[in-house]
Amino acid sequence: MYELVDKELVAPDIWKIKVRAPHIAKAYKPGNFVIVLPHERGERIPLTVFDTDEENIHIVFQEVGKSTKLLGKMKVGDQIQDIMGPTGHAFPSQKFGNVVLIAGGVGAATAVPLGKHLHACGNNITIILGARSKNLVLFEKELQDISEKLIITTDDGSYGVKGFVTDALKEILSNEVVDLVLAIGPAVMMKAVSDLTRPLKVKTLVSLNSIMVCGTGMCGACRVGYKDGTVLTCIEGPELDGHMVDWNTLLPRLSMYKEEEAISLSLLDNESR
Amino acid sequence: MPLKDRIPMPEQDPKLRITNFDEVALGYTEEQALMEASRCLQCPNPTCIQGCPVNIDIKAFIGLIQEGKFTEGYYKIKEKNNFPAMTGRVCPQETQCEASCVLAKMGKPIAIGRLERFLADHEMYKPQQIETEKKNHIPVACVGTGPASLAAAANLAKKGYEVHLFEALHLPGGVLSYGIPEFRLPKKIVNHEIMLLSDLGVFIHTDVIVGKTYTLQQLRREFKSIFLGTGAGAPLLLGVPGENLNGIFTANEFLIRVNLMKAYRFPEFDTPIKKGKEVVVVGAGNVAMDAARTARRLGANVTIVYRRSRAEMPSRAEEVQHAEEEGIHMKLLTNPVAFHGKDGWVQSVEVVSMQLGSPDERGRRKPIPIEGSNYEIYCDQVIVAIGTTPNPILKYSTPELLLTPHGNIVVDEQYQTNIPGVFAGGDIVTGSATVIEALGAGKKAAIYIDKFIKGA
Repeated sequence: MYELVDKELVAPDIWKIKVRAPHIAKAYKPGNFVIVLPHERGERIPLTVFDTDEENIHIVFQEVGKSTKLLGKMKVGDQIQDIMGPTGHAFPSQKFGNVVLIAGGVGAATAVPLGKHLHACGNNITIILGARSKNLVLFEKELQDISEKLIITTDDGSYGVKGFVTDALKEILSNEVVDLVLAIGPAVMMKAVSDLTRPLKVKTLVSLNSIMVCGTGMCGACRVGYKDGTVLTCIEGPELDGHMVDWNTLLPRLSMYKEEEAISLSLLDNESR
Repeated sequence: MPLKDRIPMPEQDPKLRITNFDEVALGYTEEQALMEASRCLQCPNPTCIQGCPVNIDIKAFIGLIQEGKFTEGYYKIKEKNNFPAMTGRVCPQETQCEASCVLAKMGKPIAIGRLERFLADHEMYKPQQIETEKKNHIPVACVGTGPASLAAAANLAKKGYEVHLFEALHLPGGVLSYGIPEFRLPKKIVNHEIMLLSDLGVFIHTDVIVGKTYTLQQLRREFKSIFLGTGAGAPLLLGVPGENLNGIFTANEFLIRVNLMKAYRFPEFDTPIKKGKEVVVVGAGNVAMDAARTARRLGANVTIVYRRSRAEMPSRAEEVQHAEEEGIHMKLLTNPVAFHGKDGWVQSVEVVSMQLGSPDERGRRKPIPIEGSNYEIYCDQVIVAIGTTPNPILKYSTPELLLTPHGNIVVDEQYQTNIPGVFAGGDIVTGSATVIEALGAGKKAAIYIDKFIKGA
């Protein structure tokens, strides 16, 4: 059991929680994530580690399905059934040079630790932070602190530049030398970014958010077509080469359990009524 | 006097059992156990014991059943095997102890596994009387909580060591928990036999990935010796086009969802599973049978596709028989070459007919595709059960650990790896094998770990 020691609403439906897990906090490296089982009858879901301190891991998540809604309802002092981790590859400690870090929606939560890491490794970072509208722009301050330049885009133009992250990326790519693009966000966004950089041969990493069960390379739920074969996101990722990912099979896999997710959610709504 | 037949195992009716996940084999009553045990000749030079990978004194425990001494019989088994309720259920007795029984020549060997299970079920919930050596407070770690590690842990605990088991998942048991279905090995029994280890003073730490949460190097600082029993957990895929379509599962994922996460009780439990109507299972080992029978219980019409013939099926004969009784179809000498789908979901398996050629290096006749024999089997779900391979996590964080080209850990005849004090056994060393072989490896490794520590 893992105690929830603090919680904070970062944006509508988006929480930052601190959970006591000193052993995970100590082992964590940027790029790693954790698998959370909210309660005894729950499911195992992968969540982003935003930060750590001596005792705790800080997890950021958006209420989407039943499990994240249940986590969102937990109070300080409540116990989370199980947290396993850290798992996933740590991000390489490397100086790439000029890096464009693209964060879409709640992907900003993963962009912060990776951005800090890239900054610490001496990279020049340009950040494109995208959201649907102003109230969903996340972690602007944290990302500002580590970037040479921060561009904000919103779909509705309520903040920053109106448009998509790819519009901003296009402009950068036509004016500057870019050594690495790192895209974190919805799969369709990461696909669009990869499609844009592929003909230009700009190295592009994406942070995949596959459906997972075990998180230890055993089950194969998170597998994705990659190069000429298949890799498991949980142990070979989550950061993978966007030009090698078979997006045509990844995208349908992400919505494989849409019907079941709807059943779980409607039951949860009935319970809370 | 004509040889009496084996007492049949009472079983759930196939028509009923495909509607539930309750155990299929119901176990002997006292009367049935006494009758079956009475068939044992108590050979002066018993051959059955040689057939047992952990050398249970089979003659003695059956003799004790004959005398009605069930408690004594149970502890006779426990001298050599700490998990009789599990092995009595899942051991391939027909190729081990029962194959070595003198009555096997007449085709009617003593039902040793059923008797083992009878004693375990009869006694395991009573207060246990296991003698252990005085605690020596020397810490030893066992990585993984499948059969190999459990056996190592039990034997080291009996020798007085302070044993810590490390499990990556949230529940211990390895393949016993996530792999073998409830209807063949109830989780209540797995939990109970593992809980008996806690009574021996073994500590179980879940949610710990060795290689990630703690590195092997960190464990080496805390523990005098380490046993690696991490199993052959990573799923193999066919590597044919279309394999990542929705609706295609590895057997591991399918079974983990259903067994470990209890997806068969969704939405009471949160983890979902897709329930197929027409399911194709690829492979013919025990895992394939487990997956097929699980899919059947979830309501599907199930077809097993296997590239060799019936004689080469690696599964236990009893599993194949149970599967067929449950209405599972077999398409033998048939091999998938591609998966076809629509809107991201699988719709059919394209297969090719096979014929058997000359024997390969292991003596099994090699399947050869018959050119131009391709056809499609329509389905909405596929489960790929063609085996597993070692998990690479430990390798990534411990590059100094010596492995075979296939990723198995290399050990010497004393189960020691190239890192002093680090031992290994079970599937991570041998590749996929049986529960009892892994138990045997863990048990023998414990002897050498004890020697290593005492000699140090």
